[in-house]
Amino acid sequence: MAVLVIAEHDGKELKPGNTNMLTAAAKLGDITVLVAGKQCAEAAQAVAKIAGVKKVVLADAPHYEGSAAENVAALVLGIAEQYTHILAPATSYGKNIAPRVAASLDVQQISEISAVESADTFVRPTYAGNALSTVQSSDRIKVITVRATAFDPAGEGTNAAPIENLPAGPDLGLTQFNGAELSKSERPELTAARIIVSGGRGMGSAENFKILEPLADKLGAAVGASRAAVDSGFMPNEYQVGQTGKIVAPELYIAVGISGAIQHLAGMKDSKVIVAINKDAEAPIFSVADYWLVDDLFKAIPELTQELGS
Amino acid sequence: MKVLVTVKRVIDPYVKVRVKSDGSGVETANIKMTMNPFCEIAVEQAVRMKEAGVVTEIVVMSVGALQSQETLRTAMAMGADRGILVETAPDVEPLAVAKLVKAIIDKEQPKLVITGKQAIDDDSNQTGQMIAALLGWPQATFISSITVSGDTAEVTREIDGGLEKLTIKLPAVVTTDLRLNEPRYVTLPNIMKAKKKALEVLKPDALGVDVTPRLKTLKVVEPAKRSAGVKVADVKELVAKLKNEARVI
Repeated sequence: MAVLVIAEHDGKELKPGNTNMLTAAAKLGDITVLVAGKQCAEAAQAVAKIAGVKKVVLADAPHYEGSAAENVAALVLGIAEQYTHILAPATSYGKNIAPRVAASLDVQQISEISAVESADTFVRPTYAGNALSTVQSSDRIKVITVRATAFDPAGEGTNAAPIENLPAGPDLGLTQFNGAELSKSERPELTAARIIVSGGRGMGSAENFKILEPLADKLGAAVGASRAAVDSGFMPNEYQVGQTGKIVAPELYIAVGISGAIQHLAGMKDSKVIVAINKDAEAPIFSVADYWLVDDLFKAIPELTQELGS
Repeated sequence: MKVLVTVKRVIDPYVKVRVKSDGSGVETANIKMTMNPFCEIAVEQAVRMKEAGVVTEIVVMSVGALQSQETLRTAMAMGADRGILVETAPDVEPLAVAKLVKAIIDKEQPKLVITGKQAIDDDSNQTGQMIAALLGWPQATFISSITVSGDTAEVTREIDGGLEKLTIKLPAVVTTDLRLNEPRYVTLPNIMKAKKKALEVLKPDALGVDVTPRLKTLKVVEPAKRSAGVKVADVKELVAKLKNEARVI
């Protein structure tokens, strides 16, 4: 079995969750990692050091800047037939590219797998994680996206894998990248954070969300939001945790003023410890919480922040 | 310009789904069904573009069971001009859907295709990208804004770290994210009007598309339940539990 992994990186290193995907890939066969991007040789070197990686192929060209789904998919298609499996992370980057590759190969993609049963059989959550389907693929190449939180991260290897330069594929010129506005934060990224403090509609306003910041700072936590909070315009979409946002599984998830809609639970119910703070004693979030406090968040959060400092 | 919008009939997102006891799937009998929320956003976007004078005709299509006609009627009540249903088994796979949509696009020749980013039942997040791949068109997934000017469109995409700006050549496929718009409620007069709009029903054979599944579902199970939690009396007790019992802070 030969596995091609499409890596997501920032030019220097892998994005969080990508080493978890390598753990899934290692169950399937020998791993070749594709690092495609603009000025990304450093990322290729970082990838080569990860345990289980047999080879890194580097495609460095200006037309791989940004998400570049059309150009990256064309590049992957050029080498796809050498592999039995093609994996991408189930992130906005991987979800953009993988189906384009799959359809071009006439393959039915398997999205967001949470377990590898065998070379052709995988488990994936559906219905906002309320059902786990085991599916078997009859396609000659399996195109798969991987849910990072379902796998442990791969560690550092003993020897660096060789890096081969892959000639760039065509620049299809279908889209033009006009830049990205990335949110700048001193806090850890949501998908990589050990602790997350999330707010919901109960926060009441964008301004009120700021009371979560001192608490997050004290815990070294990332800040998240429910879809209701994003819908209400309290927080930007990249903070959204849930079925249609980010899937997270930190060691500690503190849900503040979040009622616990099905679609939110889908994004966080695999967290190790869940704390819920809500003034509504009937809130569904309490059904998944390890510890729950019925209280006014505007009283409880400052108290909690202070209590942690003492 | 002409726009094609795709819609899917799904279990209502606020319904708690139950896995069938024989492990063959989830219960769908007597369950409230609705238009997939991201498809609603797609229809709304097309209607707004028509109201702004950018779009001249909105064709809405669906792939699935015959009851999907109701979903198409809802889209027409929102403002779509006519509907096309390709009647299949309810659980047709994204690749087959993309092929059927491509076949309709070949006939209709729209300049823009708008789909939801994912259906909230199978959570695949594939169809829009697959349609673009089969046509060799540009794609802009997870968009939160779009402005069409001539033969290009400026789009903003929601990505994990923030936003990405692209210019895409038309024709193209875009998929909708949450903040693109807030879909309107349909009014009774518009529901009545929608009943008179044209709705064509086709079979995959008529389009020359093979919809045989590539994936075999071996079993469907419920995820493991979390064990019951503990109610704490106050913040002090919470902190003590987190420090001494859970040991996470």
